[in-house]
Amino acid sequence: MKYILLIYGNEAGMLSASKETAGQMIAAYSAYTEAMKKAGVYVGSDRLRPTSAASTVRVANGKTQVLDGPYAETKEQLGGYYMVDVPDLDAALSWASRCPGAAHGTMEVRPIWTM
Amino acid sequence: MDNVSPESTVTTLSVHALDVPARDTAEAVARRGYGKLVAYLAARTRDVAGAEDALADSFAAALTDWPQNGIPHNPEGWLITVARRRMIDAARRRRGASEAADHLRLIAEELAAAEANDMQDDRLRLMFACAHPAIDPAVRAPLILQTILGFDAATIASAFLVSPATMGQRLVRAKSKIREAGIPFRLPERAELNERLAAVLGAIYAAFSEGWSDPVGTQTRRRNLAEEAIWLGRLVVSLLPEEPEGLGLLALMLHAEARRAARRNAQGDYVPLAEQDPQAWDARAIEEAEALLLRASRMGALGRYQLEAAVQSAHTVRRRTGRSDWPAIVELYDALAAIVDSPVVAINRAIAMAEARGAVEGLAALDALEGDPRLAEYQPYWAARAGLLARAGEVAAAAAAYERAIGLEADPAVRKFLQERRTELRYGESCRR
Repeated sequence: MKYILLIYGNEAGMLSASKETAGQMIAAYSAYTEAMKKAGVYVGSDRLRPTSAASTVRVANGKTQVLDGPYAETKEQLGGYYMVDVPDLDAALSWASRCPGAAHGTMEVRPIWTM
Repeated sequence: MDNVSPESTVTTLSVHALDVPARDTAEAVARRGYGKLVAYLAARTRDVAGAEDALADSFAAALTDWPQNGIPHNPEGWLITVARRRMIDAARRRRGASEAADHLRLIAEELAAAEANDMQDDRLRLMFACAHPAIDPAVRAPLILQTILGFDAATIASAFLVSPATMGQRLVRAKSKIREAGIPFRLPERAELNERLAAVLGAIYAAFSEGWSDPVGTQTRRRNLAEEAIWLGRLVVSLLPEEPEGLGLLALMLHAEARRAARRNAQGDYVPLAEQDPQAWDARAIEEAEALLLRASRMGALGRYQLEAAVQSAHTVRRRTGRSDWPAIVELYDALAAIVDSPVVAINRAIAMAEARGAVEGLAALDALEGDPRLAEYQPYWAARAGLLARAGEVAAAAAAYERAIGLEADPAVRKFLQERRTELRYGESCRR
């Protein structure tokens, strides 16, 4: 089954982290990605640019509305995702717990709705 | 509802700050007596979920009644009486009056006896039911934690890293199975006792290991899990004092627990066993473990937990000599490997061989494991491999193994430790060049 692991964290904290911390974080993410690939569960992943680069679009009453910023102002923001293909939810949760993001924010694990 | 837990009752109670002695008594009974009450009720009705529901109701009733009317002389008897009424009401609703009559009379008679006399301790019977071969091994430890200690499904789910909904379903299913399949609440016959006890001890050890994986106790609930597992271990030893493996498991858990504080330095960084200060180990826990192990060894039936406790005992030699007794540890792991097919044992054996006979021999032992599919996601294998490769001077291979270990680690402190080791490797490499 495919699952998406959404990484929520405080992006301001991440952006202001020291060079050493940031370097350690990036190294941890790259090791995590490699471990997923070696275990044969990796489907894809991306890191998102900060919410300051976000725009929202909505069509209401036939009128298109474009706004600057993310969909919702929250304490923790969506910063990236992994998609995995694993046997079940337990395996997906196990991988989510290993994500460096799990120790700094919150991982949301969602099954993919296969059409 | 199946999961009205006593824990949530107790939480509500402390929030409302009721009469303090009444609350403390209720909490004390809930904490230490809960399993006894569940076991007593369930052993007579085989309805674990029904017993839990009834007890949750009677604990809630105690919280309103005791502050007003004072704590009863026999709190457990009081709780059983109320729970009995709830169970009778529930059975009546389920079965219809006439059909239920015989059943109800039986419950009523047995439970009335409990109020009058000292209650029989059926917790061991309940544990054997929870760890019955017909129950899915993965749910045995959670089931014991819930029925004997009153943990709620959400807490257990976090500890075992599954979703609360899934854990709730598994627990409900297991309890239905006990009732519908007619799983007995009895102590196994002598002939099958060893095998059945191994399942109970395995469930307790699983609970301990989950708690152990959070050494600093940042997650309070997990930390409690290790302590609660030790409490369960003591319970088994007190109820089956002549079983050496029960003693062995308790010794093993105490040895591990003795090192809890030493596993982190003042900055919260991970400290591996080899670098721990033996003076920081809990001497009292070690002494108790050693005494238990000695008692077990005199019974003349060696087993898995005694061997594992003996390994820990061989590490404590370091307190006196400054060095673990590695040759003894290799022998103990040889014996363990002969009775347990576990990659964990094989990895630890390889590490011990490296210490006793050199990194090359240790690596050869690890190489023999290659191809075991269980290892692809098993961090300790890659960390052990990386350490031994580094010592053997195979820098590139060591770096790759460290990468795997870092990617598989969930504990940030251990991850940081592995990253530092990986970096030192790089420095070492550039120095040589």
